[in-house]
Amino acid sequence: MPTSEKYNDHIVRLFLLAAAVWGIVGMSIGVLAAAQLAWPALNFETSWLTFSRIRANHTFGVIFAFGGSALMGTCYYVVQRTGHTRLAFPRLATFTFWGWQLALFLAMATMPFGITQSKEYAEPEWFIDLIIAVVWVSFGVVFFGTLARRRIRHIYVANWYYGAFIIAVGLLHIVNNLALPVSLTKSYPIYSGVVDAMVQWWYGHNAVAFFLTAGFLGMLYYFLPVRSGRPIWSYRLSIVSFWGIVFFYIWVGSHHLHYTALPYWVQTLGMTFSVMLLVPSWASAGNAIATLNGAWHKVRDDATLRFMFVAAVFYGLSTFEGSFLAIRPVNSLSHYTDWTVGHVHSGTLGWVAMIIFGAIYTLVPQLSGRETMASPRAIEWHFWLSVAGTLIYVVAMWNAGITQGLMWRTYGADGSLTYSFLESVMAMAPYYLLRTIGGALFLTGAVICAFNVRATMLAAPAGAGATDRPLVPQAAE
Amino acid sequence: MLRLHYNLERVSMGLVAAIIVAASIGGLVEIAPLFTIDETVEIPADLRPHTPLELAGREIYIREGCYACHSQMIRSLADEIDRYGPYSLASESAYDHPMLWGSKRTGPDLARVGEKYSDAWHVAHLVNPRAVVPASIMPAYPWLAATPLDTASLSAQMATLARLGVPYSPERIANAAEDARSQARPDSAGAAGVAQRYGERVALRPFGGDPARLTEMDAVVAYLQSLGRLTTAAHDAP
Repeated sequence: MPTSEKYNDHIVRLFLLAAAVWGIVGMSIGVLAAAQLAWPALNFETSWLTFSRIRANHTFGVIFAFGGSALMGTCYYVVQRTGHTRLAFPRLATFTFWGWQLALFLAMATMPFGITQSKEYAEPEWFIDLIIAVVWVSFGVVFFGTLARRRIRHIYVANWYYGAFIIAVGLLHIVNNLALPVSLTKSYPIYSGVVDAMVQWWYGHNAVAFFLTAGFLGMLYYFLPVRSGRPIWSYRLSIVSFWGIVFFYIWVGSHHLHYTALPYWVQTLGMTFSVMLLVPSWASAGNAIATLNGAWHKVRDDATLRFMFVAAVFYGLSTFEGSFLAIRPVNSLSHYTDWTVGHVHSGTLGWVAMIIFGAIYTLVPQLSGRETMASPRAIEWHFWLSVAGTLIYVVAMWNAGITQGLMWRTYGADGSLTYSFLESVMAMAPYYLLRTIGGALFLTGAVICAFNVRATMLAAPAGAGATDRPLVPQAAE
Repeated sequence: MLRLHYNLERVSMGLVAAIIVAASIGGLVEIAPLFTIDETVEIPADLRPHTPLELAGREIYIREGCYACHSQMIRSLADEIDRYGPYSLASESAYDHPMLWGSKRTGPDLARVGEKYSDAWHVAHLVNPRAVVPASIMPAYPWLAATPLDTASLSAQMATLARLGVPYSPERIANAAEDARSQARPDSAGAAGVAQRYGERVALRPFGGDPARLTEMDAVVAYLQSLGRLTTAAHDAP
């Protein structure tokens, strides 16, 4: 092994920094949007600040800007470390960073002005979609190019997930966004009506599957063993859960369309696979938690590892809830209500954001040539703010959703509906207030994190914060 | 099995191929048959596409993000039918690029809101929802009434939709801007043309309240008043 070769850590640092900043942007918009539902005056009668326009800024900002930057950064880190090789195509890798940031900036800057396709989680218009497609293919070339030059024969399980994430998201993005442009800022999707709905939710739910699950499982499978110093509990279980997730997930999108005009057999398939999906999902969550056997004292003492443990627990809870909500009669109550919003946030706050924070707190000191983050105490604060914020948010939305669902379907003795729609809106007031508080707590934690990251990077020993680590064999594998 | 996988994970392209196969099957099975939906979903004879003014309103509905809080898909459940009207049919959104079924009801479903409220109610409600519904949490959209409607791009939009299969004839496309203005001005010379091109059931009136000015409010209200009224098929369904 040539000793002069070094890992490309610069690109990882850039992505992590971007994730920390985008996290604050995306979550701040989320807190504002939540507050607008509690106090409509906060729309300020200003078009580009109005809830209905900025909602997509929140969802796109946290999923693709915060989550996406964290995924790409950790992916570049993990594929180098587990393959004992430097990143392939360094210029293309740099392009993926700036190209991704450009696409994010354009998306975030156009959506408040009403430039949108209206497809959920795929709002940006066609010219931004093209940039995203080019960046994504480049990302795939760098990742698989690096994998091809690995020095470890076996491809570590984290890379299976990152690979599936890259392949499937590329496929989903392109198929879902096929559109005919009218002008630079306006296009029409080639699909209409029921076909459009099916393609949209095939995409929408697999954005959850491959962006918010597979990618982050890659993160979990690398950082949890590294941080806890324990090997993955079961290799076989990781095989079963990986292929289960890749195969089952793609079927489940139609559970978003129960009782609609979508053909019944497609709804039934979606429901069936959603329930089967619980097996590989819990296999992954169980594998992660069992990996901590023998390291529970570290979970107690180390807030970073505790972030990852809580992430695995919320992953298990959210996937159980997801399978449950996909069952047709349950869905008849929960669909269209805030229960769905609560479910999504149990996954995104409890699982996705927590594993990101765990990875950030593991990587940033290392990439800055330090033993620990600048302030370990701040990590504790961040952890408890995150847990409290998530629980308040999710419990409020469960109550909100079930209340709405029940009020909408309550009949009086005379056979007429008991509640007007407006009464169900008025019943939401306490929950929308609580949701805002939960979100604000979570945001506060993210701000603390960003300051801690900044302080750690600035406190790096001379030169260490800007250089790449030498290539040394690591414990993984 | 384990040995097979042991070998698979040493060949990156083998892993890639296996992922592509595993991740494609579900989508192919569920989506591919829907492209034959033309044969299974009967387009009602009386189904008309949106008029240019309604289409402009639909674009504004998308621009403002109304779909974030309002669904347009009544499910086949008793309480939804009692609250909103007959459940939505696939054929009713056959010309909708994109569909606006929505996924969340922070506000009520709008699939059949057409002609349930007066134009004046919609105008007042959009300018300030709390003026008509004190407990409403909907944002206000006062700029709709203040912004003149841009009719210049309607022809290009309709031509694009026509390429995707929406029945906008060359005649409909050529008269798009004129029809948009005339629909909100029932006593104008072009009003007869709108009725002739889109049917006698199309509402012709100053939706925004002022026949002298064509604003985005005219378009949005015209669109809202058309919802659920492009065909009577749902009312005839079993």
